[in-house]
Amino acid sequence: MESLQDKKQQIVEEFAMYDEWLDKYEYLIELGKQLAPYPEDARDESHLIKGCQSRVWLDWKVEDGKLVFSADSDAIITKGIISLLVSVYSGRTPREIAEDDFGFLSEIGLKENLSPTRANGLVSMVETIKNAAAAQI
Amino acid sequence: MLNQEIRNQFPSLADKVYGKPLVYFDNAATSLRPIETVKQLSHLSLHVNANIHRAVHSLASAATEEFEKTRDAVKDYIGASSREEIIFTSGTTASINLVASSFGERFFNEGDNIIISEAEHHSNIVPWQLICERKHVEIKVLPVDDSGHLRVDLLPSLLNDKTKLVAVAHISNVLGLVNPIDEIVRIAHEKGVPVLVDGAQGIVHQVINVEKTDCDFYAFSGHKCYAATGTGVLYGKKKWLDQMPPYMGGGEMIGSVSFAGSTYAPLPGKFEAGTQNINAIPTLRTGIDLLKQFSDKSLANETEAVKSYLLDKLTSDDRITLFGVPHRTSEKVPVFSFCVKGVHHEDLALILDKLGIAVRSGQMCAEPLMDRMGVTGMVRASLAPYNTMEEAEYFVKSLDRAIKMLS
Repeated sequence: MESLQDKKQQIVEEFAMYDEWLDKYEYLIELGKQLAPYPEDARDESHLIKGCQSRVWLDWKVEDGKLVFSADSDAIITKGIISLLVSVYSGRTPREIAEDDFGFLSEIGLKENLSPTRANGLVSMVETIKNAAAAQI
Repeated sequence: MLNQEIRNQFPSLADKVYGKPLVYFDNAATSLRPIETVKQLSHLSLHVNANIHRAVHSLASAATEEFEKTRDAVKDYIGASSREEIIFTSGTTASINLVASSFGERFFNEGDNIIISEAEHHSNIVPWQLICERKHVEIKVLPVDDSGHLRVDLLPSLLNDKTKLVAVAHISNVLGLVNPIDEIVRIAHEKGVPVLVDGAQGIVHQVINVEKTDCDFYAFSGHKCYAATGTGVLYGKKKWLDQMPPYMGGGEMIGSVSFAGSTYAPLPGKFEAGTQNINAIPTLRTGIDLLKQFSDKSLANETEAVKSYLLDKLTSDDRITLFGVPHRTSEKVPVFSFCVKGVHHEDLALILDKLGIAVRSGQMCAEPLMDRMGVTGMVRASLAPYNTMEEAEYFVKSLDRAIKMLS
């Protein structure tokens, strides 16, 4: 598995390939479609991320000292966003995640190009992932 | 009048978003602001800013005249019988809250009921819930059918001798169907029940004559019809307003004040406590002027053509479910709320935004109606007379592109 830094760099480069935001959304939609199926028994209120207009579920478990995330959303662009986060942070140690600044999200300009409600949703997703990591340390 | 001449009055229409020409289809939320409104607001703020009614100096009298002239203009435009029946507020929500609080205070008693429709905006639901909870009054709901039409046939059976009011929208902000308010008023009045009409959308798309319609209250906002934000009107029949207690206490609404008690100013001052939105209220005149221009026949025909085109496109595409399907096109205004099978409303709005098109998505402040239609939200495209056929065609093309991207 590539390092967290490499993975983030790879995402930044992929985003830079597209000039138009519409194309970046196409890319996010593709990421959403690639997301592994979400465990049905975790599709409940307690796994919902608060602060999102569309519904986003996030579940995690610890395997070999690493956090493994699974996620889903009923809106496909939001699903793409959470898929992006899962692809970067799943399989990392809690310490790696807790110490990360999530700065690559500003680098790709994602938050700035979302509607305010979705931008808040993104913040909530990041917070939930950080909290999950912090709880394991 | 040519559509281009109108467009020139709205500078936003020449703006670009993400490098694409802005297509503003969110007019049901708020209309774009014309240059004239902004000029007027700025002129009044810079040159005629004095507090109205009290002072004797000439600036105050000029400001008072601007304000009171507006009351006459509104009275004439909506066909009220006297200027005392025109109360200025900050908008539809404030107007309805005023009636709920004051009319409810005076007339609602434990065991009474009121009737509101299933297709109301939250602003015509929650103010009633607040007073009804306090007064132990039941809220009955007049349902809509699957096509979005009010079940007016059920109204007589809902009305009884404990019914104190019927509150209904002139046009639903979601469905875009013109409700038969004349008929609703007639049915309610047969049982002696007054009717409040939420005219937030109605004022934009219909010419209302309150005396002919005979409604007891009519509420609307300025910002949806080209005036400044923070301006609104409550029309109320004098016979009710006279009996209603003041809503807020403060300056301007009093007759005399002593610690033993106060007396209140006559109408309309009784309901206009505190310093009014003195610079903005006069822009309602500009709004009214534009509403009149927009009902000009040649322009109205163009607006009708755009509406019919969109209605046809949105009802003939089987991927799309349109809510508020009219029996005849004349009862539909260009407010189109729809869902696309298997596609989230928010995704659609986001893609359309990137294509330069501003639409609304979500519950549109009408959660009970969303529940009735069995959806978590919709996309709404709402047009104004400055929107063009080219924009409508671009919207249809872009919607198709967005649906293909998302499904």
